[in-house]
Amino acid sequence: MLRGILGKTIRLLGYTLQYGCIAHCAFEYVGGVVMCSGPSMEPTIQNSDIVFAENLSRHFYAIQRGDIIIAKSPSDPKSNICKRVIGLEGDKIFTHSPSDYLKSHSYVPRGHVWLEGDNLQNSTDSRFYGPVPYGLIRGRICLKIWPLNDFGFLRDSPNSHRFSDE
Amino acid sequence: MMLAQGFGRRYMKAFLKGFFVAVPVTVTFLDQVACVARVEGASMQPSLNPGGSHSSDVVLLNHWKVRNYEVQRGDIVSLVSPKNPEQKIIKRVIALEGDIIKTIGHKNRYVKVPRGHMWVEGDHHGHSFDSNAFGPVALGLLHAHATHILWPPERWQRLESVLPPERVPVQTEEK
Repeated sequence: MLRGILGKTIRLLGYTLQYGCIAHCAFEYVGGVVMCSGPSMEPTIQNSDIVFAENLSRHFYAIQRGDIIIAKSPSDPKSNICKRVIGLEGDKIFTHSPSDYLKSHSYVPRGHVWLEGDNLQNSTDSRFYGPVPYGLIRGRICLKIWPLNDFGFLRDSPNSHRFSDE
Repeated sequence: MMLAQGFGRRYMKAFLKGFFVAVPVTVTFLDQVACVARVEGASMQPSLNPGGSHSSDVVLLNHWKVRNYEVQRGDIVSLVSPKNPEQKIIKRVIALEGDIIKTIGHKNRYVKVPRGHMWVEGDHHGHSFDSNAFGPVALGLLHAHATHILWPPERWQRLESVLPPERVPVQTEEK
């Protein structure tokens, strides 16, 4: 009887390992469901919204201006940030609001992106920690799945004046 | 005829079953536990590739050790290049967050490594595209810790975490 239980346990562990690996591959190479917290992407994404993030775009280097992405935080690699891509490498970024008298701008370095939250007043983003290396991007958010009254693709940025036309 | 068809279908079933076990497990292992890689370039001479273009070292990359982004000064690590995300580079960790380092050829003479970042350098100063060129790198770009040289057989060895005495940080943050 003991041998039967041992056999069953080993088989259970085997299945757990197998499905764990399949889940890892699915999340790493296809996509997964993520819960977002924080106010920095309001009104597009509210606190405790659940979204679906796909990870194919970053493997094919197909992230574009205006995409909302999840990335590892530059100041803490164990936590994630969720921001919108404002500029790609080579783009001109206005580091102060264009209505200021002294317009100052900089160019996004090679291999980096400029990220900003939609809620500009309440977002710690590239305006604080500078351009973010592309290698930190984990995935692109394509669909909001909760709350149900807001189900569907995500809206464009409410701050379209921040986008430069190279 | 019917017997052969039945056998073919059973073979297909067994093949697919094996495929769906072997591929995810192997891919997860290579991504999360360990893999091997060939080192190219001269930026880590003489520790790696002392023979130059004649023979490239093959190293064992240990992902499991860096899963919590814990590295020590002197470790040889592979990371995603901050200037080109399609490329991985292999360098030695010189300083961790909070350290003040004296740079070689960087635009600032002294640099304090920000939170969540590290300073990496190749052993072959002057022939290395490292933090002296692109500044501190985010720990999130860490890929793996290179622990052993596996090939060529005469160079089979464990890579030691040695910080060259002339590159010791000026000030380190006490943890």
